[in-house]
Amino acid sequence: MKILVTVKRVPDPETTIRVKPDGSGIVTDNIKYVINPFDEIAIEEALRIKEKLGGSEVVLASIGTKVVSEQLRTGLAMGADRALLVLCEQALDSLAVSKILAKLVERESPQLVLMGKQAIDDDSNQAGQMLAALLDWPQATFASKVELAADQQSAQVIREVDGGLETVGFSLPGIITADLRLNEPRYASLPGIMKARKKEIREIPVAELNADTTPCLKVQKMDPPVKKTGGKKVETVQQLLDLLHTEAKVI
Amino acid sequence: MGNVLVFAEHQKGKFPKSTLIALQAGKEAASKLGGNCLAVVLGSGIDTLAQEVAGYGVTKVLVADDPGLANYLADTYTATLEQLIKANDVSLLLATSTAIGKDLLPRVAARLGVGMATDVVAINADGTFKRPMYAGNVIATVSLDGPVKVVSVRGTAFDAAQPGGQAQIEKVSVNLGAAAKKMQFVAFNETKSDRPNLTEARIVVSGGRGLKSGENFTTYLEPLVDALGAAMGASRAAVDAGFVPNDLQVGQTGKVVAPELYFAVGISGAIQHLAGMKDSKVIVAINKDSEAPIFSVADYGLVADLFKAVPELTEAVKKLKG
Repeated sequence: MKILVTVKRVPDPETTIRVKPDGSGIVTDNIKYVINPFDEIAIEEALRIKEKLGGSEVVLASIGTKVVSEQLRTGLAMGADRALLVLCEQALDSLAVSKILAKLVERESPQLVLMGKQAIDDDSNQAGQMLAALLDWPQATFASKVELAADQQSAQVIREVDGGLETVGFSLPGIITADLRLNEPRYASLPGIMKARKKEIREIPVAELNADTTPCLKVQKMDPPVKKTGGKKVETVQQLLDLLHTEAKVI
Repeated sequence: MGNVLVFAEHQKGKFPKSTLIALQAGKEAASKLGGNCLAVVLGSGIDTLAQEVAGYGVTKVLVADDPGLANYLADTYTATLEQLIKANDVSLLLATSTAIGKDLLPRVAARLGVGMATDVVAINADGTFKRPMYAGNVIATVSLDGPVKVVSVRGTAFDAAQPGGQAQIEKVSVNLGAAAKKMQFVAFNETKSDRPNLTEARIVVSGGRGLKSGENFTTYLEPLVDALGAAMGASRAAVDAGFVPNDLQVGQTGKVVAPELYFAVGISGAIQHLAGMKDSKVIVAINKDSEAPIFSVADYGLVADLFKAVPELTEAVKKLKG
């Protein structure tokens, strides 16, 4: 089975993000970049499927400038077989990203596309669903468990939804987006890192794909959020409760 | 501008508060941007629900009542909405960012060939929207090009619609066609709880890694939760550590809550957690580390060992409530 896993380069979640004074973007100096945490979970799931089934190939795909090869190299070190990097300088919205990914899916014909449920930079939570729509494929978002049928023609996915867990089934090919508890991603081993150096990262100029990359969603301006300032420290439990009762009047 | 269409999600034969919030946001959008506010209900055997939503001040309710829509599935619901949007001069599709809203709306947007804004917190009169990015560290003003705009709204940013009026109900037939063949609903395993819904509760008590184990959530946190009649939440760290299920997660990648009173117990206050609760009206932090970032957003901070402070607080609350 061929599995395509999408990878986005995002600021480390521990980084404090600041808006530029002119509101045109975020301050990018000294930001450390990582693989989007949910994409790491998607890579791990693909590797586990490969290990279980045998005879499978895990292909990573990303969009951006050449620096993204850093994150792809990390994914290859985890155990993915090869990577595609669509070179693109311009800002993209989720729809444009999905259109580019759809072109890659046409080229690669994977049976399964695994993605993170959401990128932690723009927090859009759209690309998986949009790609599924463009391909007219089934989708299972927010996956916490993935089971492939023995004949590899269908999948059952447990999804984390409001108020419980939902199980859906679908015929492959399909798209699954990973939620937090799907698995715990492995660290790249030293031999894995050595091997990754020799694995292919194929660069594809975006123009070659003939995808319409005009964004529908445009960020006009960025503002910092209204700062909430800390209040008072209290000394005792009783004092806390008294204040909540008499001052804040919430208990 | 054409009409606003609100997707009226229902669960177990009822409209959750999140749907009333979507209706309110839809009415606000129609009054600012023009057009009528319509609501759409999808499902099977949903006459009563259609009647109910018609009483919330919308202009018209579209009802697609079909056995093929009995359970939510992304493909059949998308096919239905796509048809209804085209037939009803819709230029804005809106739902709340619930699990279904998040799953469905991007698929509909891509089918229509348009973009989408997620987690909108403000609808501007010039047709732009405000939405958080980077775990709420950025509030972006965004525009959407294309014949239809698709937005999900954040449940904490709008009030619930109040009852009023009685709208016309229009039954529509849909052609599910090929859409109904690829995905199947298998099962729903409900998390049983007598506590209020996390996103709707007046008081939320959340625990973090400081609780140290799932058993301690039961032994220490739950009695406080129940004494307050609150909903229980958790930080991502506590979910990651396997203490509690993921549907309790409050934060950037979990649920966003804004109750009247929020307790953060043994939670350090990572950016990703603050993104999910910092709009709460009153925030209380209990943590033994006086330097924990959670204190920078807390209205009331108690530097204490939670294993002593929480049982003491539970008893004091019980006494106060008599």
